[in-house]
Amino acid sequence: MELLAFGDTGWGDELFRATLMTIAVSITAIIIGFSFAAIFTPLKLSKLKSLNLIANTYTTIIRGVPELLVIYLFFFGGSGAIMFVASMFGYNEYIEINAFVTGSFAIGIISGAYSTEVFRGAIQSIDKGQFEAAKVLGFSKFKQFYKIILPQMLRLAIPNLSNVWQITLKDTSLISVTGLVEIMRQSYIAAGSTRDPLFFYSFAAVLYLLLTFLSMKLINKLEVKYSRGY
Amino acid sequence: MDFELMINSFPKLLNAAVITLKLLSVSLIVGLFIGLLFAILRLNKNIFINRFAYGYSYVFRGTPLLVQIFIIYFGLGQIEYLRSTFLWVILKEPYWCAIIAFALNTGAYTSEILRSAFQTIKPGIIEAGQSLGISSKIIFYKIQIPIAIRQSLPAYGNEIILMMKGTSLASTVTIMDLTGVAKYIISTTFKPIEVFIVAGGIYLFMTFIIHNVIKFLEKKYSFN
Repeated sequence: MELLAFGDTGWGDELFRATLMTIAVSITAIIIGFSFAAIFTPLKLSKLKSLNLIANTYTTIIRGVPELLVIYLFFFGGSGAIMFVASMFGYNEYIEINAFVTGSFAIGIISGAYSTEVFRGAIQSIDKGQFEAAKVLGFSKFKQFYKIILPQMLRLAIPNLSNVWQITLKDTSLISVTGLVEIMRQSYIAAGSTRDPLFFYSFAAVLYLLLTFLSMKLINKLEVKYSRGY
Repeated sequence: MDFELMINSFPKLLNAAVITLKLLSVSLIVGLFIGLLFAILRLNKNIFINRFAYGYSYVFRGTPLLVQIFIIYFGLGQIEYLRSTFLWVILKEPYWCAIIAFALNTGAYTSEILRSAFQTIKPGIIEAGQSLGISSKIIFYKIQIPIAIRQSLPAYGNEIILMMKGTSLASTVTIMDLTGVAKYIISTTFKPIEVFIVAGGIYLFMTFIIHNVIKFLEKKYSFN
């Protein structure tokens, strides 16, 4: 237990900060993922074949290639890509992007592919009459979506989105390979310096379980909220 | 674009893909047995057995695969007692540690898939078997299991693809699988995009094959 003490003697405060980092990366990643889904879901549902193709390429690649490989691509290729863009604007200095940004983007793009599929499924399972009714009532396109389709879509999407959230949360452990100090990386450091890997990795497992458990509780509340009237 | 690097690294990556497939197939076979066992335990009426099986799947589905590999590879070696038993022969090899972690992980997901498949079997089918005088053991092996397998094929197909992606984590415990070799080539040549295209292409090809095999099986075993 003294291994978990706060302060200089134990690893309690370090692990606490690492847990906050895991939460921060997960939330950033899922928001980035939702933004990607907001772009790619309409493309998937579009009547234009070429737009479908773009969105399908994105989701197929991400869902068929290991997360770790995507993270390596971002980790090794991220600053190169940014420097390439910067060099077009005449900036030739070395640019290093930090692990948090790289990691959140990598995980966000992965989680975006899953969210896209969830949103697509949810919109497709909304009754056709709802779209027609929205049109007939003379709502503007924006209002049709915002007031009628979106609330129904959320209700249908929340159970699957909670899966996406869990996947995203667990995927953040992979960012530890880039050196970002989240739960996994901190446990690795602590295990190395105390030579007690069994304890620290088991403790990491407990922290992840706690995070998944608590987030499930929260999501269940949301589910109840959005199912009012059903 | 460095096409020469892409062509040169292709055979290396293809060789590494064989290791990925080996890891995948062994862990899937072991995982299927674990999954079936725990699915049956989940359906048991004894609350302790039931809870135990639920706890197993909850823990393995609620924690990242990376933690599970690290606990088995780095953690178990720390127990002095284990080092003196025959188990140490297996546990000192990263290859087997990865397989144990993968099998336990996919076993947890498979048990959930099979459990829900068992639960969706209509009671009428089992009653029909009973009224024909078939013993409950044979009903289980010859009626319930085949229907459950058919029922769980789509979900299990997803699980196979997820597991294939999961085997990439073996590279974190020094195994040179497809991702391990890809990372090695990237870190020596600093050409991430080229290597990603080749390695990702191989992964996508495997996903494509698995996807179509499952689709074929689904069609073959469909009820109509």
